[in-house]
Amino acid sequence: MIQNNLSLLLVVIPLVAAPIVAILPRGRLPWFLTLVVTFVCAALAGMQLWTIMANGAISYELGGWAPPWGIEYRVDVLNALVALIVSGVAALTLPYALLSAEKEIPEHQIPLFYGAFLLCLTGLLGITQTGDIFNVFVFLEISSLSSYALISLGRQRQALTSAYQYLIMGTLGATFFLIGVGLIYSQTGTLNMMDLAQRLPELTGLKTVHTGFAFLMIGFALELALFPLHLWLPNAYTYAPTVVTIFLAATATKVALYVMLRILYTVFPNGFVSSTPTGDLFVLSGIAAILSASFYAIYQVNVKRLLAYSSVAQIGYMALGIGLASAKGVTATIIHLFNHALMKGALFMAVGAIIYRIGACRMDNIHGLGRQMPWTFGAIVIAGLSLIGVPGTAGFVSKWYLVLAALEQQAFISVAAIMVGSLLAVVYIGKIIEALYFKPVAEANLAVKEAPMLLLTPTWVLVIANIYFGLNTTFTVGIAEHAVRVLGVAAK
Amino acid sequence: MDFVYSHYNYWIAIFLMMVGFYTVISRGNLIKKIIGLNIFQVSVFLLYISIGTVAGGAAPIITQGVTLYSNPLPHVLILTAIVVGVATTALALALVVRIKEAYGTIEEDDIHRQDQTL
Repeated sequence: MIQNNLSLLLVVIPLVAAPIVAILPRGRLPWFLTLVVTFVCAALAGMQLWTIMANGAISYELGGWAPPWGIEYRVDVLNALVALIVSGVAALTLPYALLSAEKEIPEHQIPLFYGAFLLCLTGLLGITQTGDIFNVFVFLEISSLSSYALISLGRQRQALTSAYQYLIMGTLGATFFLIGVGLIYSQTGTLNMMDLAQRLPELTGLKTVHTGFAFLMIGFALELALFPLHLWLPNAYTYAPTVVTIFLAATATKVALYVMLRILYTVFPNGFVSSTPTGDLFVLSGIAAILSASFYAIYQVNVKRLLAYSSVAQIGYMALGIGLASAKGVTATIIHLFNHALMKGALFMAVGAIIYRIGACRMDNIHGLGRQMPWTFGAIVIAGLSLIGVPGTAGFVSKWYLVLAALEQQAFISVAAIMVGSLLAVVYIGKIIEALYFKPVAEANLAVKEAPMLLLTPTWVLVIANIYFGLNTTFTVGIAEHAVRVLGVAAK
Repeated sequence: MDFVYSHYNYWIAIFLMMVGFYTVISRGNLIKKIIGLNIFQVSVFLLYISIGTVAGGAAPIITQGVTLYSNPLPHVLILTAIVVGVATTALALALVVRIKEAYGTIEEDDIHRQDQTL
C-alpha cells in the first residue's frame, strides 16, 4: 500500500499536515508534529530512491486517469535523489529549528511558521515528483509563496523588503515559465513530460518551440538565481530567519536546477542543447557567477551574506557542468547538487549557532568566538574546506569531476575559472576563520558558551556527511552516473 | 497587414505583457509594481485563452448537432493561474502594509536611503 503510493504520500502528507500545524496551540506541539512529518517524508524518500534503484522509474497515475490525459507522477533516479535531498535536509533542519526559531521568531507566529515551512516542503517535493509540466508551475508557486512568507519573518525590517524583492522576481520567473509552457503546449497539445519528449523532436525547427524553450529557461534561471538573475538571493538569505536560510539554501535552488536538467534532457531532445547556443550561455553565466560572486563574497562584512554570495558562485559551478553538455559535465552537476546541499547546510547551521549565542553575525561581532565555541568553529572549518574543495571532503569530489569534464573538451577557460573560484573561496572562508580564531575576543562576548547540543548535532551530522562522501564516492557518483544514463546525455 | 489583423488577440497580449513588465521594472512605488505584475500576469491569461481557440469551434459545452469545440484545457489551466495570481497579489499587498509600518513609506528610493543610513 505504502510502496505503491510513495510519490503521492510524499506530497500529501506535508500538505495535509500544514494547516493542522498552523492551527495548533502555541508551545512545542507544532514543532513536534512538523518534526514527525519531515522524518516520515525523509524515510519515504529514502524508500523511494531504494525502490527505483532496484526496479526502475515509478509512474503513478493520479485518480487512475491514464497519462497523458490524467496527471502523472513520474520519478526516476534523478528526482528521487533530489526528493531525498529536500526531505533529508528538512528532517535535519527540524531538530535545529526548535531553539533557533524560538529565539528568532515571535512566539505567536511559531505555529504559522511551521505551517508555512510544511507548505514550502510540499511545493518542493511536489516539483520533484510530478511528471506534468503545468503541475511544476503550480508546485513552484506553492513553494515560492510560502518561502516569501518565511523570509519576511526575519527580525530586521530588511527581511520585509527582501521578501518583497524576491516576490517580484520569483513571480516574474514563474510567469515566464508559464508563458513557456503555453507556447510549447500550443505546438504539442500536451503537458505530460514523457509525452512532450515524444512529440518535440520533430518540432524543434519551429520558432514557437524555441521561444517557449527560452521562456522556460529564463523562468527557472530566475528561481535558480543563475547569474545575472541572482540579485534577490543575497538579501533573502541574509535577512531570513536562520532556519529558513538553511532550508532554502540547501533545497530550493537544487530543485530549480533539477527542473532545468529535466527540461533540457528529458522534455527536449538531447541534441537540442548543442544545436542551440544554450550550452555556451550556461558556460558563460556559470563562469561569470563563479568569478564575480566569489569576488563579492570576499568583501562582505555579514557572514550570512558572504555565504549567500558563495551560494551564487556554487550555482555557477553547477551551471558550468550543464553548459558543458556532456555526460561527464552533467554527472559533475548532479554530484555538486548533492554535495553543495551538505556543505551549505552545515555552514549556515554553524553560523546560525553563533547567531543563537550572540544574536548577530557581522565579522566584527564574532571576533575570537572560535575559541569559545570549538565545536561550532570546527564545523565551519571542515565545511569551509569542503566548500573550497580540499581533497578528502565532498567538495573535492564534485570539483574533480567538473574539471575532468572541462578538460575532456579542452575548455581551459572553464578550468581556470574553477581554479580561481576555489582560490577566492580560500580567501573568503579564510576571512571567517581569521575573525573567529585569530582576533581577540570582544569583552561583551567573554561569557559566550558553546552552542547547545540540539544545534550542534544536526550541524555535525552534515559535517560528517561532508567527510564521508568525500572519501566514499560510490553512492554519489554511482547515483549521478545512473541518473545521467536515464537522462540519456551523450558523452563527448 | 492581414497577418496583423488576424492575430490581434496576440498583439494585445504582447502589448499588455510589455506594459506590465515595464511598470514592474521602472516604477519605484511598491503598489505600482504590484499593479504592473498583475497586468503582466493577465497578459499571459489572454495568451492561453487565445491558444485554446479552435477556428469555427463552439464553446466547449456538449450540445446536440455541434461537432467542433474550442479546446477547454487552457481555460482550466488559466483558472489555476488566476488563483495563483490572486494569492501572490494578496501576499504582496500584505508585505507592502508591513513595509509601510516598518519604514513609513512605500517608495523604493526612500526605503533604500533609510537602509543605507543605518
